[in-house]
This record gives sequence, C-alpha cells and structure tokens, in this order.
Amino acid sequence: MPVQKMCTVAEAVRLNEFAYSLTLEVGEEMTSQTSCGQFVHIKCGEERLLRRPISICDWQGDLLRVVFEVRGEGTQWLSRRKAGDMLDVLGPLGHGFDLSAKRLLVVGGGIGVPPMLGVAKAAASAGAEVHAALGFRDQGHQMLTDAFVECCRSMSVISDDGSTGRKGFVTELVEEFLRNQPCAGADCAACSGKPEPPVVMACGPKGMLKAVAAACAAHGVACQVSLEERMGCGVGACLVCACDMADGSRKHVCKDGPVFNAGEVDWND
Amino acid sequence: MTDLRVNFAGVELKNPIVVPSGTFGFGREYGQFFDLSELGAICVKGLTPLRRQGNPAPRIAETPMGILNSVGLQNPGVDAFIAHELPELRRHDVKIIANISGNTPEEYGGMCEKLSAAGVDMIEVNISCPNVKAGGLAYGTRPEMAAEVTEIAKKSSTVPVMVKLSPNVTDITEIAKAVEGAGADAISLINTIRGMRIDVNTGRPILKMNTGGLSGPAVLPVAVRMVWEVANAVKVPILGMGGVSKGADAAELMLAGAAAVAVGTASFADAYAPVRVRDELSAIGERKGLANIAALTGGVRPW
Repeated sequence: MPVQKMCTVAEAVRLNEFAYSLTLEVGEEMTSQTSCGQFVHIKCGEERLLRRPISICDWQGDLLRVVFEVRGEGTQWLSRRKAGDMLDVLGPLGHGFDLSAKRLLVVGGGIGVPPMLGVAKAAASAGAEVHAALGFRDQGHQMLTDAFVECCRSMSVISDDGSTGRKGFVTELVEEFLRNQPCAGADCAACSGKPEPPVVMACGPKGMLKAVAAACAAHGVACQVSLEERMGCGVGACLVCACDMADGSRKHVCKDGPVFNAGEVDWND
Repeated sequence: MTDLRVNFAGVELKNPIVVPSGTFGFGREYGQFFDLSELGAICVKGLTPLRRQGNPAPRIAETPMGILNSVGLQNPGVDAFIAHELPELRRHDVKIIANISGNTPEEYGGMCEKLSAAGVDMIEVNISCPNVKAGGLAYGTRPEMAAEVTEIAKKSSTVPVMVKLSPNVTDITEIAKAVEGAGADAISLINTIRGMRIDVNTGRPILKMNTGGLSGPAVLPVAVRMVWEVANAVKVPILGMGGVSKGADAAELMLAGAAAVAVGTASFADAYAPVRVRDELSAIGERKGLANIAALTGGVRPW
C-alpha cells in the first residue's frame, strides 16, 4: 500500500551539470515495500498542481534516493532542495522489474540510468551475474558509473560524441553483448551446458527502448522496459498515462507499468 | 458539532463531499489511502454502453493552477462495471452514483435501465464531456437535446437522475432549466472548460487530441459563478464542483447554492483531499455555529 507523507531531505548532491541526487528520509513503511523500477510521485511546490513521477534509484533502511535531471519548472524547483528541506512524497508506486533472472544486462540511456542502478544492486546482492551497458549524451552527462562498477561483472559506457566511452548509441553495446551470448534456443545442441541466456532490462528514451527491444527479439532474449508518460494521479485512478499495447489494448504506465515486457508494447508511434 | 448529513434529491449522504467522475476510477486506487465509507458519494468513472479505449496519450497537461485532460471516456463498459466493479464498491457504506455517456438518447436509456436494476443509488447523465466526438458535449450545449436525453433517462430509471452540465455554453441557465423541465432530479456542474496548451519548443499541442478539459483551482471562480446562476434559475438540488481543494472552497460553492460538493483534481496532488476537505468544511460549520451544514446552501448575500 503506497504511503503519502512529508519527508526530510537527508542529502542533496549535484552529480553533474544536469543531474541531481536527493536522498529522502521516507521511513521503512515505504522502503520495505519498494522494488526495483518503481517510482515516487513528488510534489514540486504549491503552485504546481501535479506531482512529478521520479524513478527510484536506490533505497536502504529508511532512506530512498532519487536522481533526476532538470526538465521543466517542477524539476527546477526540486533541484533547489537542500538537506533538511521537507518534500511531500507519494510512493512507492507502479510495477517494477522481475528480478528472477540469474544473468542480466541492465541498459540505461541518459536519465534512464539511475533506476538501473537499483536493479543492478538488488540483482547482484541476490547472487545474479549483472552486466551494465550505459549510454550518455556526453562526458558532462555521465553519472553513477562508479556505483555500477562496484556491483556489476562488467560495465560498458558509450556516448553520442565519444567524449566518454566509445562513440555511438547504447543499442550497439546491447547488440554486441547479445551476439557474444550462447544462442537461446533450447533445442540447440551446440549450446547444451552453456549458461542460460541473459534477460535484458532497460530504461531510457522511447527510441532507445524500441531499438533494444528489437535487438532482444532478434536474439530471442527476454526484455523488460521501463516506460514514461505524462502522468496525473500516479495511482491508476485518472487514466491519463495511457500506453498502447501490441494487442491493441491500452494500459497505464503508473499502475500496470512503468515496467512492461518489451513484447507487450506497441512500438509504432 | 455541525451535522454533516445532507439529503440530496432523496439520497441520504452522510456528508456533502462527493468524488466526481473521472478522478477516482471505481474507488479501488484511493481506497488504499482511506476508507471509502468516509465519503458522501462516489461518482464512478464515466460509463458507456460498450468498452472504450479512450484517446491516445499524452492525455494530460499542467496549466497555471490546473490541468487539462483528454482521457476520452476510457471505461470497461456498463456491463463490466455492473459485474466487476459495483459489487466491490457495494462493500463500502457509501452512495454510488453511476455516470453515463451515450451517442444516442436510446443508449442513455439502455444504460439507465441496467444501472437502476443493478442498484446504484443515483445516475448522473453526462451531457458535457469535451473529449469525445459524438454525443457528450453536443447534448450539453443545446437545450432541446439536453431535455430529450434527460427525459429518456428519467423514463428508464427507477433511481434519481442528475444531469451534469457543461460550462462551455453562453447561458448555462437555459440548459439547467431545460433539464429541470424534462424531469431531472438534480444537476451537477461544472464539467471541465475546454482549453489548449502548446509546447513552445516543438510548436505541438501538449495533448495528442490538441484540446482538452481544464480543471483544478483555476476553474473555481467559474464554478462558483455558474452554480450561483443555476441555483437562481432552478429548484432542484445542485452538486457543485470545479477546483475545490479545501474546505473554504467547498463552503463557497455551497453558499453559491450547491447542496453537495465534489472534490476531484485535488486528489491528484493530495490523495486524502476529499476527506481533508470534509473535515475543513466541518470546522467551518462549527465556527459559524451551524446545526447542519445544509444551512450554508444558497446562503450567499449578493450585493
């Protein structure tokens, strides 16, 4: 059951020119229910009616951490919060990643990177073999890579301009990773005894997720994606954050998602 | 203690706070935060004869002290509501108002028959949805069509019928008088006001449907004015709504003439808003020394 409460900002850190990290004293009632890929809905000042949905980066004890970039007035306001300030937080909300896989590749693009850190940490501490593929616009946007190195078996970084890691898109890293895996076919004699195929979990811009989903489908690898949509209530009552499914139905990002199996999603615009 | 009970068109509400259609689903979500029995009534998500998927996203845009939405009556259809949602709602001690939208008068009539038989407490006839192409708003902007739909809804219902009016008209009292004349037991207003926002960077409207309906504190003064005008034009009780986010807002609508008040968009910012508004309204009643909160209704002293 989600909790709505006023929380103290325990720590406010600027990660780079664009990204901010807030660690919030949300209490164990909230953290004990939290799972990877869920989000919190944060009120950004009295004059803005709608809360802002921000994915959970990490949590421990009674603390929960969110990382966000300034995108508009709401996140601008949020970026000015300091340790000791109070925030109205509603969460945890939504349906997160299924972490039952033994081997996984976490894929993050830009501001889609922070929630994947929570996934990487939780899966690694549960004994899974975790690899990370992270894409950033440039060196200036890079964040959290040290934390990924700590919990992942491998980590690759790529950037649009090559100023950090290789030059290119994160999809290329996914494609390479999958190409180097044993094939997924259960009836393939050559693969018998090889490690089970990985599961890919991704968060980032829709175009990136579409490409990652296509690469996974081509390799027969399961893929979970975290989607974004303009949101209202955050709990599934107002029905504004609709997303189209491959079967022609419409689901809601806040309640049915934000994490969906890539095969469920209608990727056509 | 101010008695919060109100009799609304023959339906006994334990308090005058209602949650309006489209902001509260079928109660399951906000029922995680408080006991639905705390409310006077729940107007359920707008129902249509068949399931509707609604409009493509984005369906919401923030505005100064408000929001625009273009959900487009997404709902599972009246039969699925009766089979799966109504029994769940009935587990709570709260009045259930079924909100309906149709493309033809016959569709309204058919839904009224089914919902009356299923045992809802009241039917709210939506003739004011700004987000659908056929029916909806078209019925709400022409007095004779509003009357025709009201008449068939009344004829097909065994429970009180309330008609929800659109503010997107020149003279709302014309429509109010038309539906009262056609037998409406109550009137609810205001539905959302049509609006539009454009992303300056892309030149694209934020809503995929280009336009949508405005709600939130920004519309409160419009709601107060329209409730006041309608209260002066008809005798049937009014469910007032539009931008209520605190007890004083609810009191304003009651002073303007509302017998009950709905708290909608405010829930998106504060999941406990309807219960908080009820408590704040109760405190206002006590401060004014009112025996019954109904004493506020129509109490405005215009200049």
